[in-house]
Amino acid sequence: MGNIFLFIRRFSNLLLFLFLQVLSIYFIVSYSKFHEAAFGNTANKFTGRINKQFNKVEYYFQLKRTNDSLVKANERLYNKLRYNFNIADSSDKVFLDTIKVDSVSRFRKFNFLNAKVVANSIAAQSNFIVITGDNVHNFKKGMGIVGINNDVVGVITEVDGNYATVMSLLHKDSKLSGKLLKGGETGTLSWDGKKPNILSLNNIPKSAKISLGDTIITSGFSAIFPKGILIGRVTDIQPETTNNNYRIALKTTANFYNIEYVYAIESADAEPVKNILEKAKASAN
Amino acid sequence: MSILVKNILRAVLFLIVQVFALDKIHLHQMVTPYLYFLFILWLPFKMQRSWLMIIAFIYGFILDSFWHNPGFHAAACVLIAYLRPFLVNIFIPQEGADTNFEEPSIKSMGGILPYIIFMSILSLFHNAWLFLLEAWQFGNIWYFLVKTILSTIISVLLIIITELIFVRKQKFRTNTV
Repeated sequence: MGNIFLFIRRFSNLLLFLFLQVLSIYFIVSYSKFHEAAFGNTANKFTGRINKQFNKVEYYFQLKRTNDSLVKANERLYNKLRYNFNIADSSDKVFLDTIKVDSVSRFRKFNFLNAKVVANSIAAQSNFIVITGDNVHNFKKGMGIVGINNDVVGVITEVDGNYATVMSLLHKDSKLSGKLLKGGETGTLSWDGKKPNILSLNNIPKSAKISLGDTIITSGFSAIFPKGILIGRVTDIQPETTNNNYRIALKTTANFYNIEYVYAIESADAEPVKNILEKAKASAN
Repeated sequence: MSILVKNILRAVLFLIVQVFALDKIHLHQMVTPYLYFLFILWLPFKMQRSWLMIIAFIYGFILDSFWHNPGFHAAACVLIAYLRPFLVNIFIPQEGADTNFEEPSIKSMGGILPYIIFMSILSLFHNAWLFLLEAWQFGNIWYFLVKTILSTIISVLLIIITELIFVRKQKFRTNTV
């Protein structure tokens, strides 16, 4: 027994060192669990407030760029308005609409809610964006986030108080599905942690016809994002040697360097789709 | 100014500079300049190693909380806090210099060269451990090595600039009355 105490006294520094290292690594590994339990509420609020104050300064310097992108977004929306198009005569016929006009909100599948970015990182291996705004109380874990030009940015991982944390596409655990616009093949998006803006798309079979510059869109499978939102364009195609898939590199359309505003997508289908998938998984086990 | 107040001010200033200035800089999407750990390297000589590690852990943890994944910087800070006393023993010029001076500096380390080597080694360990934990694997060994070495060079340059701008007056304290 005495020897044990002697040992502990002799190596107390080493033991403390090992203990603190293991504690840190435990935090890294189980950050999401731990985060929600203890860390989230106090620290997130505190750092969120500091980030918000600082962002007021930074925001001012980016006003010009934000304004430009808003003008462009508006331009695209104006171009989509109906009076820009010649509508075929047949559609002008008066006929009885089966959908009641009043209840249109019932048939709305997706609703966009705006939010303001207060903190954004791109240099780490796991990058997060912190957002705030009037709509935060409507945000839920798992909602999709798109940028100002309607391109995928990430998914909400956590909401507390006035702030929500978004796992951006530039996160090594971020796994969204992407789809080739041309052929319709679906694969998994991941980030290798090197260049912000370059993602890789896996599980695309070699039978797919694909060329540089092809568009990758959201698949709409998980109902987090509407189908067809831009993710990026193909910049590199490499055949895998070990299996029958391509390894595709794509450049994201969203520019992660200067995100100022984002939209969170409220999806009517997300919850039912998730429930039914879980049920299917449970019955498979 | 008392040592405690001085160090608290330093910690706050280094954190602000790191989070709001240096973390926004990405040289070629590869190198992020790290300077905040200089706070740990400047802690007084006479501080016990266990306290050094606990303070480093808390300090790293605060920085981590800004980026929403706790652990990374805390682990790297604890590592350099653990290694610091070994290196101080190696590089300190003569017996008792660590009791004559308050904290590591060019003067107390006996010249600019030992001081820079001391800083470089600890920066290297900090960056290497941090990037290793972030990547979780030796996936691409060259990428990891180049990133670590470039980041260390930038860190050392920043440390030298900080030393030049903020001259720390080091009083020679002696035990003999």
